[in-house]
Amino acid sequence: MNRLIKGGRVVDPASGTDAVQDVWIADGRIHKVGRGLKTPAGAETVDATGKVVCPGFIDMHVHLREPGFEYKETIASGTRAAAAGGFTAIACMANTFPVNDNRAVTDYILARARVEGVVRVYPIGAVTRNLEGTQLAELAEQAEAGCVAFSDDGKCVMNAELYRRAMEYALPFGVPVISHAEDCDLGHGAMHEGFVSTELGLSGQPAAAEEVMVARDIILAELTGAHLHVAHISTAGSVRLVRDAKARGVRVTAEVTPHHLLLTDEVVRSYDSSCKMAPPLRGKRDVEACLEALVDGTIDCVATDHAPHALSEKEGEFAEAANGIVGLETAVPLLLDRLVRPGVLDLPTLVTRLSTGPARLLNLPGGSLAPGAAADITILDLERTWTVDPATFRSRGRSTPFAGFTGTGAPWMTLVGGVTVAS
Amino acid sequence: MSWKRKDLLGMQDLDAAEIIGVLDTASSMKEIAAREIKKVPTLRGKTVVNLFYESSTRTRTSFEIAGKWLSADVINFSASGSSADKGESLLDTARNIEAMSPDVVVVRHKAAGAPALLARHLRCGVVNAGDGAHEHPTQALLDLMTIREKKGHLEGLNVTIVGDITHSRVARSDIYGMRKMGITVTVAGPPTLIPAQCQELGVKVSHRLEEAIAHADVIMMLRLQHERMQGGFIPSLREYSRVWGLSLAKLEHCRPDVLIMHPGPVNRGVELAPEVADSPYSVILDQVANGVAVRMAVLYMLAGSKGA
Repeated sequence: MNRLIKGGRVVDPASGTDAVQDVWIADGRIHKVGRGLKTPAGAETVDATGKVVCPGFIDMHVHLREPGFEYKETIASGTRAAAAGGFTAIACMANTFPVNDNRAVTDYILARARVEGVVRVYPIGAVTRNLEGTQLAELAEQAEAGCVAFSDDGKCVMNAELYRRAMEYALPFGVPVISHAEDCDLGHGAMHEGFVSTELGLSGQPAAAEEVMVARDIILAELTGAHLHVAHISTAGSVRLVRDAKARGVRVTAEVTPHHLLLTDEVVRSYDSSCKMAPPLRGKRDVEACLEALVDGTIDCVATDHAPHALSEKEGEFAEAANGIVGLETAVPLLLDRLVRPGVLDLPTLVTRLSTGPARLLNLPGGSLAPGAAADITILDLERTWTVDPATFRSRGRSTPFAGFTGTGAPWMTLVGGVTVAS
Repeated sequence: MSWKRKDLLGMQDLDAAEIIGVLDTASSMKEIAAREIKKVPTLRGKTVVNLFYESSTRTRTSFEIAGKWLSADVINFSASGSSADKGESLLDTARNIEAMSPDVVVVRHKAAGAPALLARHLRCGVVNAGDGAHEHPTQALLDLMTIREKKGHLEGLNVTIVGDITHSRVARSDIYGMRKMGITVTVAGPPTLIPAQCQELGVKVSHRLEEAIAHADVIMMLRLQHERMQGGFIPSLREYSRVWGLSLAKLEHCRPDVLIMHPGPVNRGVELAPEVADSPYSVILDQVANGVAVRMAVLYMLAGSKGA
């Protein structure tokens, strides 16, 4: 099948392109990108005039919940949420039931994704068996089966020796170890520790709960030579540690979520559990540090940490509510409106952080519009206005602190292998 | 005075005029306790539900007596453990109670914010009788009433709150209420029991008991939960009691007219030496008596002033 995406502003950071061009798709791959391409015989034309054509966005931190927690989300609903949110590929975390700590579960996820999924799904394998932090999972087989990284996300591997061994053992597979950096002894509070937690009387977890683990893991990455990726970085101190480590040449990368870029712990004053997640929303200084690091490249990518739950798990008392909010369908609109529109972040940099960045650090095929690449494409409409209405989400999860937010700029069309999966 | 609120969730919400309004109403209610027949018809036909998710003797009894003296029908609904343990969510319980058409629900819950959650979902009035480490507004009101009774005024006084500030809803409500009434508040305790950025609440923070109580008009001693050793907050009750317990010897350097208060129940020999608890400085039982008056005032203001 041939398609021609005509007249859009093509932003392809991998090739340094930012110009009005046409994109010719043949047999699911990028065939040619250039100005004024003639419509090939039999090709369908997509008029992208006034739109922005980007390499497909990749969310490297998603909880798809299947197998085991299909009442929260399924591969079918989660990938549809991803497509609607402008993502052409997602990496899914291992804390399913059973845990994705062996080849059979990885195979199952990939098989379900082939049948039910509408975007590319890349499983992330567990570091330790059953996420218990006591024994290595079978990392070699998981890598063979297609896991693109290893992480016990949701839990921190507290045993430093075991984590060191995991980093070493994973070296031959060339995939990162992703750290959920949260010291579970220091970090058991319901929200960020600060003035707001003091006023609200909620137990607080200090920024140090994250920072001591980021520091430990950077030191272990230095020891082992492994590629460490810090998930959902959220504090000024963590940012400083990553920046220093990168300057020393340590193989460390990091991601940040939209909510840690846009909200502070002030919003918890409502005791609304849609403001509860791990790591918790931090203070103003932390938000500023994360933004600065996203701009200067200390933080390599934006990932949503899409963590859907059933309503019953989120509607009660704050301290008892489950951690996690959905993010796939709000991330791109929020980033376009709150960061790109006011000029905090330029569009090509945002596209880098959403496509090229995650593709490179997970060694994935996407992230560019180079000829021969799969035609995974996200097209944006910077003028489209929106209001966040959880009732319209494709995700089964509805819990978001952004409900009712309005803005301008949203995904317009999502193509995977040249096929439109959302528009 | 005019009371416009549906709920009483915390001292943080009230302004000085509202606080004075409650105290004045409570003072006029207090006379009922001295009557031979302790009953007025003010809330006849009104229903007050005590919804207590945490064990409490004093506060629940106090609300119960307050309601009964005002002729309200008072129903005690004790839910042991968390709502999750019971299998029924807090909101479901609340909706069930709402279906029985109460006028006021008095709620105590271990989760900070639980009364606010109920207040959002219930049409009737909600009184926070203590939520986690957040607020306990009727305790702060009865503390203010007791201080005003004994000292004749509130403005300009020095109050020192001693002990586990981090986990104390009483400390927070007292701080908010006292600051609004022009009281200078000092909190004192080991640094492990002082919450993050505590000074931003508008209080002085001291880590030395003797210094913190030297000029105090009122010393509020907080109960120390025995399990605080487990979290590493203190090494032992013995050491806590030696360093932070109030003994007669430590009182010697205080003002001669100092008041000793405690929200109860007292750990005798831990935060308060028995001789201090029973000394003439202690107004702990006045606090309890005023608790009933304050709760009568609050129930009246929430249930009585509208439909009546």
